[in-house]
Amino acid sequence: MKPGVLLSARGAGKAYAQQGQPRWACRDVSFDLYPGEVLAVVGESGSGKTTLLRLLAARLGCDEGSVHYDLRADLASGPGNLVDLALMSQAQLRRLARTDWGFVEQHARDGLRMNVSGGANVGERLMALGARNYGLLRREALSWMARVELDTGRIDDLPGSYSGGMQQRLQIARNLVTQPRLVFMDEPTTGLDVSVQARLLDLLRELVDELQLAAVVVTHDLAVARLLAQRMLVMKDGCVVEEGLTDRVLDDPQHPYTQLLVSSVLTP
Amino acid sequence: MIEQHYNFAFLDERTKKRIRRALLKAVAVPGYQVPFGSREMPFAYGWGTGGVQITASIIGQSDVLKVIDQGADDTTNAVNIRRFFERTTGVATTEATRDATLIQTRHRIPEVPLNSSQILVYQVPMPEPLARLEPRRRETIKMHALTEYGLMHVRLYEDIAQLGAISRAYDYPVMVNERYLMSPSPIPKFDNPKMHMNPALQLFGAGREKRLYAVPPYTAVRSLDFEDHPFEIQRWQHACALCGATESYLDEMIVDDQGSRLFVCSDSNYCEERRQFGNVGGQQVVRQEAA
Repeated sequence: MKPGVLLSARGAGKAYAQQGQPRWACRDVSFDLYPGEVLAVVGESGSGKTTLLRLLAARLGCDEGSVHYDLRADLASGPGNLVDLALMSQAQLRRLARTDWGFVEQHARDGLRMNVSGGANVGERLMALGARNYGLLRREALSWMARVELDTGRIDDLPGSYSGGMQQRLQIARNLVTQPRLVFMDEPTTGLDVSVQARLLDLLRELVDELQLAAVVVTHDLAVARLLAQRMLVMKDGCVVEEGLTDRVLDDPQHPYTQLLVSSVLTP
Repeated sequence: MIEQHYNFAFLDERTKKRIRRALLKAVAVPGYQVPFGSREMPFAYGWGTGGVQITASIIGQSDVLKVIDQGADDTTNAVNIRRFFERTTGVATTEATRDATLIQTRHRIPEVPLNSSQILVYQVPMPEPLARLEPRRRETIKMHALTEYGLMHVRLYEDIAQLGAISRAYDYPVMVNERYLMSPSPIPKFDNPKMHMNPALQLFGAGREKRLYAVPPYTAVRSLDFEDHPFEIQRWQHACALCGATESYLDEMIVDDQGSRLFVCSDSNYCEERRQFGNVGGQQVVRQEAA
């Protein structure tokens, strides 16, 4: 094990039962993620990308292998060690998930609380951690809305009245407010039109750079991987078929499936 | 007149014993909602079936019962429940807060301070304070277990953001013993401070939801708030029209078609007691201000 690893998957896999037989949604995935590094997971629909992400974020338990995370000193029992997520208590995991992690859902509606205002959405994590000063929460919400380029005048509006791109920005602000070190993103730009996508990607790239975020980005859009990620995994039928630096994989694909993937991108 | 065909206090002994066991657990873990086998009562849900079951399980021959509804002893709900216990137990009943050993209440805590030999039983429609915020029951149980109450503050934040102040005037959420978030039942927030360090045992029953919970004597009960928007109780610019009280919770009654209003104590026994001691209110209606 190399020092300084933030997140480490070791042979992680998840099986679902199908007619009494286990069917592996993803299998034997191993990689190390370092602080500040962005890893893209690409592959076609049904290749196990999202299942993998859910394993990494401890939303699902591994059926084989394990996922380890380098806890911050205030959460860890011992000095900064890689801890097996499966051995952590539910309370610890939930705390971890709302302090040191972020999770950007594909559909902003799943990640937002739609019945409270944008400001309350941004402040929720802080309130969960014990912030009890309204003025402070409000300032924090305003500053984060400005940072993700949302109109601060909409702070008291319900997210339902926001456009799709704005909802996605709000979701990002809501996740970053506790200064997490690792953010999971499930197809963050899917469903947005091209110009909004471009601006969102721009914003993400800036934030990742500025905050030294590590991120695991699941996407089927190779352009997103090219723009955001330093490294990428290519998945097919639940297995990682190729991994490497993004530019290397995209410019010189080795595996036949990756070659197919790269060649099927339309270039206008 | 006692109905001879029913067991003492209507419920059978085993049911009462089971409710008492649940109550012991509730007292041991202040503010925690204990599930219990709620029975069909000869009332409709929403008329205090939870409170009635608790009262029925703990009432004894020597108890003196007082029943109030919105502070008054003579409203429909109070009269019916009092008559129910008169008929099924034959215990003495009273309207005087001081004389009662057992008080069943809906929506109010009496103005007269309670003492350590009294038990206050609340009728609760919705025991789960997080119900409107998190629809999944399993999730709310988990949130209670892990003391994750940030969501309640999200609600309060939202109130301030939209309305400028925490708008909730009744059923105002409280922390019990700095551990469990609890719904105080739909009492006005005016009564919340009375729950804090109260010498009386406070029991809460929700019949339809099949939960009961308790605040033991001398337990800390804190109303949630923000540092810069502290908890405040309601205040009135008027005194009670009948007894002149300025410290009590006042009901506002519209008395004519012009919108004139009369402010009177919601606690009818308190008001009457004050009048017996010679306190007199202005007896005047408040005219509607010119718009």
